[in-house]
Amino acid sequence: MTAQRDDTLAAGAVTAPRSSATGKVSASDVSVFYGEKQALFDVSLDMPDRMVTALIGPSGCGKSTFLRCINRMNDTIPGARVNGRIIIDGEDVNDRQVDPVLLRARVGMVFQKPNPFPKSIFENVAYGPRIHGFATSKSELADIVESSLKRAGLWKEVSDRLLAPGTSLSGGQQQRLVIARAIAVSPEVILMDEPCSALDPIATAKIEELIDDLRSQYCIVIVTHSMAQAARVSQRTAFFHMGAVVEAGATDEIFTNPRDTRTQDYITGRFG
Amino acid sequence: MTDAALTPAQAAKARARTEAEARLKRRYRAEARFRLYGRAAIILALTFLVVLLGRIGLQGYSTFVDYRVSLPVQVDANRVNLADLGGSNFNLMVAESALAMLGEEDDPYGQASSQMMSILSGDLGFQVLDRLRADPSLVGQTITVQGPMKANASLYYKGQISRDTEVGGRLLSDRQLDWLDELRDQGRVTGGFNWTFLSRSDSTEPEQAGVLGAVIGSAMMLFVTALLAAPIGVLAATYLEEFAPKNRWTDVIEVNINNLAAVPSIIYGLLGLAVFINWLAIPRSSPLLGGLVLALMSLPTIIIATRSALRAVPPSIREAALAVGASRTQTVFHHVLPLAMPGMMTGVILSLAHALGETAPLLMIGMVSFVPGVPETLTSAATVLPVQIFIWENASERAFHERTAAAIIVLLVFMVLMNLVAVILRRRFERRW
Repeated sequence: MTAQRDDTLAAGAVTAPRSSATGKVSASDVSVFYGEKQALFDVSLDMPDRMVTALIGPSGCGKSTFLRCINRMNDTIPGARVNGRIIIDGEDVNDRQVDPVLLRARVGMVFQKPNPFPKSIFENVAYGPRIHGFATSKSELADIVESSLKRAGLWKEVSDRLLAPGTSLSGGQQQRLVIARAIAVSPEVILMDEPCSALDPIATAKIEELIDDLRSQYCIVIVTHSMAQAARVSQRTAFFHMGAVVEAGATDEIFTNPRDTRTQDYITGRFG
Repeated sequence: MTDAALTPAQAAKARARTEAEARLKRRYRAEARFRLYGRAAIILALTFLVVLLGRIGLQGYSTFVDYRVSLPVQVDANRVNLADLGGSNFNLMVAESALAMLGEEDDPYGQASSQMMSILSGDLGFQVLDRLRADPSLVGQTITVQGPMKANASLYYKGQISRDTEVGGRLLSDRQLDWLDELRDQGRVTGGFNWTFLSRSDSTEPEQAGVLGAVIGSAMMLFVTALLAAPIGVLAATYLEEFAPKNRWTDVIEVNINNLAAVPSIIYGLLGLAVFINWLAIPRSSPLLGGLVLALMSLPTIIIATRSALRAVPPSIREAALAVGASRTQTVFHHVLPLAMPGMMTGVILSLAHALGETAPLLMIGMVSFVPGVPETLTSAATVLPVQIFIWENASERAFHERTAAAIIVLLVFMVLMNLVAVILRRRFERRW
């Protein structure tokens, strides 16, 4: 039964068209196993710099798994195994020489649920730069915190209470705080795993606006369940289904002229 | 309205409604019943607790009062050899002075003085000796000494023995009771707080026995336990929970730790006997040995408590730290451990409090002995509070039973203090969100 399923999925992967854009992050033939169970089947995808790549697809299709391969967060899951190559700026992240800790400083991540540290707002942002030794003095650190909060669009709201606990902020503010925390270590790539799924529409709009701003400096990969959000914020979209990429390309094309019927069915809400 | 006036549909609806109401009533009754059971259980538990504590309190509180007598003692120059002060019978001298004060004289057989000696503490004789040692010129003069009554005499003053008590049960003759009344009427006897009980160690004489040695012994032993068990337990738990790979070996270790936590404490005593005494030759009955055994006993509990405290830290915090490029060690030490701190602290302190009250393993390592002094080092012979309670409980003298209860009170006070510290630490660390 498993073999049969593998075959159909492999077929799906083959029909997936290769993206022509050269990627800042470029995955080829990435497979992920959780113990015996295979979660990703030969995924190949390019994620260009200074663009937002949206990963869409039904629940459990492997979007988040793929996202977590890029900064090797899957390493932290016992029994997880990753095959294939993910190249960032010509360097394979799974290379023995690449230290996952340093990699994660280059590839920031924002999670589904806002997860600020139970420390002050200032500490939340300052933590990354401090452990990486980015600041030599207190004032330098304060500058990094300020500029990160400014870029995350949170400075005006929190500048007068930097020492208040990060957890005292509203959900949307917490998510922007977490984005500021990711920005503070000057990453090149920012991964976002359904960053708005726990937020109300107004907070969602603010985050989307922020993503659009950040696009000019980073390569952003976002997992989302909202078609509308993918259409609004992304330039490129990849449709995942059952652990494989069915179709990837420019967002406009995917949404207006999908080549695969499964993509079309999903986008038009017929399944998923 | 009669049933005939209702259509079948209406009748069915009405029936459904009455059934629903009946069901609702049953549910409310079930809930009320359950609440009642719960309250009954709590009341029962509280009753047991009140009875237990009340009994201990009632039996033990009188220990904290003692009666002291002040007596003028005629130091007879003929009976004191300055070259050998310790050779004189000062107890007899004290008893004779007391008899003289009461207008009586010793009989040729010394029965009166011997009866008098058994209501006055031997401490008085030692006081005379100490005074003479300090100042030999006092020989031939009358000096006043103040000291405790014998425990049985105190029991009479406290009303625990009365003239109605049969002579065999009170160990005091009518004549002695007359003297005690007379001494009290003369204002020679004063009651007060029993500092002796808190400032002295074990003694064969109940009126001179105290818990200081046991308290210090317990403190030293607990110090050793805490010093060993807390860091080892916390580090072991942290490694197992945060760093160790999940494989067969760690499973085996985990199962064994859980099993060890359920091993009867006396087994740890046997282990201590075999390993620490027979093999490592650590002095028996020492706080060091007791601390080692109790540390072994506390380790599994501390590890389990720490692991569950670590597990309670949301994984999102670990992900957050890892995602900004913190190493595993940084993640654990900067974020996970501080959050787990209150739970860990509570676990450590509660298991230490448990160790403080442990008796069985200490009996196995020879800690059940008469130790009349305060232990000076970690390797000198010592006794600890629960063992002291055990020893006194086995003593035959009535006054030791009262002291048993009092020692239990002292132990409970320390327990409550430790639990209080646990609560305060918890509050304090939790306040940092």
